[in-house]
Amino acid sequence: MVSLDPIIRCSKLTKTYGQGESAVQALRGIELEAFAGELLMLVGPSGCGKTTLISVLSSLLDADGGECRVLERDLRSLSAAEKTAFRARSIGFVFQAFNLIPTLTAAENVAVPLLIQDMPRRAAVRRATEMLERVGIGDKAGKLPSQLSGGQQQRVAIARAIVHEPRLVVCDEPTSALDHQTGERVLKLLRENALRDGRTLVIVTHDHRIFPYADRIAQMDDGRVVSVQRPSEKSQ
Amino acid sequence: MMYVALRMLLGDRAKYFGLIFGLTFASLVLTQQSAVFLGLMTRTFGAITDTGVADIWVMDPKVQYIDDIKPMSDTALLRVRGIEGVDWAVPLYKSLLKARLENGNFQSVNVFGLDDATLAGGPHTMLEGRVEDLRMSDAVIVDSVGAQGKLAKPPSKPGGKPTPLHVGDSLELNDRRAVVVGICKVSRTFQSQPVLYTTYSRATTFAPHERKMLSFILVKAKPGIAEADLCARIRERTGLEAYEKETFIEKTMGYFMKYTGIPINFGTAVALGFVVGVAIVAQLFYSFTLENLRYFATLKAMGASNFRLLRMILLQALLVGATGYGIGVGLASLFGYSFRDTELAFRLPWQLLLGSAGAVMVICALSAALSLLKVVRLEPAVVFKA
Ligand SMILES: Nc1ncnc2c1ncn2[C@@H]1O[C@H](COP(=O)(O)OP(=O)(O)O)[C@@H](O)[C@H]1O
Ligand SMILES: [Mg+2]
Repeated sequence: MVSLDPIIRCSKLTKTYGQGESAVQALRGIELEAFAGELLMLVGPSGCGKTTLISVLSSLLDADGGECRVLERDLRSLSAAEKTAFRARSIGFVFQAFNLIPTLTAAENVAVPLLIQDMPRRAAVRRATEMLERVGIGDKAGKLPSQLSGGQQQRVAIARAIVHEPRLVVCDEPTSALDHQTGERVLKLLRENALRDGRTLVIVTHDHRIFPYADRIAQMDDGRVVSVQRPSEKSQ
Repeated sequence: MMYVALRMLLGDRAKYFGLIFGLTFASLVLTQQSAVFLGLMTRTFGAITDTGVADIWVMDPKVQYIDDIKPMSDTALLRVRGIEGVDWAVPLYKSLLKARLENGNFQSVNVFGLDDATLAGGPHTMLEGRVEDLRMSDAVIVDSVGAQGKLAKPPSKPGGKPTPLHVGDSLELNDRRAVVVGICKVSRTFQSQPVLYTTYSRATTFAPHERKMLSFILVKAKPGIAEADLCARIRERTGLEAYEKETFIEKTMGYFMKYTGIPINFGTAVALGFVVGVAIVAQLFYSFTLENLRYFATLKAMGASNFRLLRMILLQALLVGATGYGIGVGLASLFGYSFRDTELAFRLPWQLLLGSAGAVMVICALSAALSLLKVVRLEPAVVFKA
């Protein structure tokens, strides 16, 4: 299932926040590869640069130095407009706090990435409803986020992250707002539904209980990737 | 995505109604105050528009506005009549005179003396009697507000209602008897005195005798003669001032603007409405955007361009703007309508509607601009911050 084409290839990647004395070097030479069809977890202590790294990978943030190729594109060479279009087409996002728009129904929230790509509203909502059915909450399509449980909201968020068939999905701490059981179910769901058609998932997490769902785990420390292992190796 | 914008706006009912309320209030104050201001300004020249027939007003060069009377000698009329391009020219007497009422009280009245032959410049809306009845002896026409108010006969018993003046009643001007033959309607002016129409020659007998009696000469230009040219010619030949009607209206209005402090008083009210409107709406709209900033950031992360977010915010601003404007102007019109038969001066021409629409747009644009700035500067990477 995991192919050998690297979908992500970062080398000597650096990123510093701020300047002078208050400067924080968040990334200090990242070396990382991820492949089509794999679920890669980024783990490490708080403040080690995980969020910064996925921000760069998803072209939300520009690195200062080094190289980063994502989905055959050199991110450094993309203009701001190209990055916006790149995100719209090729990246799905799952956030720790779900970030569902509170005044939209579940189906409408899921439809947003399609609307951003100018799909007509009816068609978009229909596709979104199908996607909700796929993640097991088709009956909640007409509900507002506030009427859903945390686990249900994260399912909606997952449906939103994949409804437009992106090739890369990035998730920042997707289970940290959920209890353990729900978190595991969400991970299962991500593996079953998001990890299709050669799509790559990069998941930032603290939660060692979900480590077994990874194909590989990149351990980070102080702005560097210090090791990349399979879950079975890691738990030893 | 415009649908998403609308849902974001309408979904938060409390905020939405707050915004609408702010804009409604702002456009109500703007429109209502301006309309009253315009209405008041119309009153300054009511006497000019009531004297509808004349294209050109001729007067002493020192006259500054309609109620500023500097009499000319009667020969001026003949000189004006002799000027080529003049179709006809008639005298107009205008002055404040003291009338003695039946009960012996004195009341000053604003007397118009119309050309004996043509009665040109007379009242155009008669409620009782006819303008031609002025040809009867001692005849005068009084305005309805005066007839019911200051000229009314005192109540027969204390605490009763005064009896309005009617056709057939009489009063005295300068010891001469005047008989009411008609009641007319006149435009409200700043002069609170009753208006009384009579003929020019009778008016001069009502007035204390002076060497010069002629207040204005009303002139009609021959067909095809440019009024501006004729005014210039009259000025040149007679040394008198001649204005086209519109110019005289502007001059009169200008006088009141300059010397009465009305514009500045109303200006501050309108400006305050505007400022309060901007403050309320900008603050509400901005906090609406701030509350939604996290979602705007999410949209931005998911690949919505700045331009798209801009259009979303503009649409939201436009919607609340249009709704608030609609309700505000509606309320202002309702206000004007419900006071239509009162002393309230209220005029709401389309130019004013356009003007307040513009002002509301400015308010919305300012508020939206604040929000836009915030959203455009937003780093999409903040979406990962908890
Ligand atoms: N916008 C920012 N400005 C300044 N420093 C930042 C910013 N974002 C993150 N940092 C710092 O960069 C380092 C890495 O942060 P982050 O990538 O969020 O780590 P993690 O997600 O692993 O907890 C931390 O020391 C953090 O304080
Ligand atoms: Mg983090």
